[in-house]
Amino acid sequence: MATFAQTGNRVRPAQAGWSLAQAFRARPGLWSLLSFALLCGVWEIAGLWPISYAFPTFSETLLAFWEMVFDGSMLQAYFITLQPLVLGVLVSALLGVALGIVMGLSEKAEWLLAPVFIVLQAAPMAALVPLVTFIYGIGLTAKTLAVIMLALPVIVLNSYKAVRHVSPSLVAMCRSFQGTRMQRIFKIVIPDASPVIFAGLRLGVAAGFIGVMLAELLITPTGVGDLITYHRSIANYAHMYAAVASIIALSMLTLVGLQRFETRFLRPEKRGA
Amino acid sequence: MSQAALRQPPATEATNDAIVEVRGVSKIYGDVEALRNIELSFARGKLTTLLGPSGCGKTTLLKIIAGLVPATSGEIRVNDRVVTGPGPERAFVFQDFALMPWATVMRNVGFGLELRGVREAERKRVAQHYIDQVGLSGFENKYPHELSGGMKQRVGIARAFAVDADVLLMDEPFSAVDEQNRRKFQEDLLKLVEIEKKTFLFVTHSIEEAVYVSDRIVLLSPRPGRVSQIIDPKIDRTATPDEIRRDPGYLDTVENIWDGLRHYAE
Repeated sequence: MATFAQTGNRVRPAQAGWSLAQAFRARPGLWSLLSFALLCGVWEIAGLWPISYAFPTFSETLLAFWEMVFDGSMLQAYFITLQPLVLGVLVSALLGVALGIVMGLSEKAEWLLAPVFIVLQAAPMAALVPLVTFIYGIGLTAKTLAVIMLALPVIVLNSYKAVRHVSPSLVAMCRSFQGTRMQRIFKIVIPDASPVIFAGLRLGVAAGFIGVMLAELLITPTGVGDLITYHRSIANYAHMYAAVASIIALSMLTLVGLQRFETRFLRPEKRGA
Repeated sequence: MSQAALRQPPATEATNDAIVEVRGVSKIYGDVEALRNIELSFARGKLTTLLGPSGCGKTTLLKIIAGLVPATSGEIRVNDRVVTGPGPERAFVFQDFALMPWATVMRNVGFGLELRGVREAERKRVAQHYIDQVGLSGFENKYPHELSGGMKQRVGIARAFAVDADVLLMDEPFSAVDEQNRRKFQEDLLKLVEIEKKTFLFVTHSIEEAVYVSDRIVLLSPRPGRVSQIIDPKIDRTATPDEIRRDPGYLDTVENIWDGLRHYAE
């Protein structure tokens, strides 16, 4: 105990009990794993409860998942789904951050664009998706557009607000050291705004997943949407849940990746803190 | 004012060694008159303090001199050239430090040079020199959130020194620093003033701080801000800090300034 306190948590003590407690201290990520395991456990138990035939256990869902991976239907579905999703999210992220930053920097751009995006954000997009089908049909364009419609407004509005709330004192500092306008934008405004911009990106990416699922469920069943619809129609509930869970997992992994990217490249001070 | 330590400057003051001149500067924010017709000159190589109660416009005046805030009327001349914005001959130290939270101490200190396009090796060499100078050796790779208030302001001061400006403008640099560190900081500042041979313009609301560090004190009165008095504390800088703080001349000057400001206090 005493040696443990002195040497910090890098040295491994002899007892197994200690090494477990220590592992949790050294790698806080283990808590997330524990929480995940707990959730799966609760799911398993809830699935065993005879409430509904349509609610499979965790293990059944997992088995169904592997089955779909091995018979290729999962890969096939993601190949279809990822096209509008990746395209839509990329367009929304690049265009959205750029538009938001311009709106934050220029009042004219703000007057011109802010009302549009505020209306778009307030609008129930699910109701507009059929309208998109009406104009663009059922192809990739319509689905990509559905993703953009959901993802873009939140990204634009967050980026815009982030730029508006950049520390005035940092901007004055940059000015006092004769920073140019471009230096001010790239060395002060964007890094200072990046936490809020990335919060918007995370919301936008999550919205993009909603968009693609809406498109695949409302426009025409394809990809993962088709997988869900098909297995529901033949009462293959474990498979249906596996498809739903897989898209949730992918969405979550994308968000974690985005956060890693931010701390790695833009806000290094948050690394490990 | 009968005390020897306090004297009004002669009406026509020699301005040939004045590095910063403030000519008829007024500032009006909406319907608030912040500064009225300020005439001042700041001597080269000296530390001059702008002192006054809150609302006297001392920070506004400093920011006008820095070129960060435009004056409503009047002009600022630095090295005999009219100021229209920030310039390389002036460097600003911010009350709230204004450090980039995403940058290390090293990058923050070298930021003024980075903006000028100085290449990295040279930038690091200069930054390292001033990091050592302000006593932050070993903290080069720390981020601002890992530093205390006093250490953050040392970074701010090192950054201002690094661009090798003639005039350092310091806006209440120690107001966010706790009392113990503040004293140490004031002593360190006096050492730096001696080594660096630069002109310092210093804003504070602390009378003791003003008298302790200044060659000259400009007292401003509030609403609208005007120059009410100019005081040259005659303090023997060769004495130790403790001797200075017990020196009757120092204590009398503090007392006299307090008498002049007493009626502004709520």
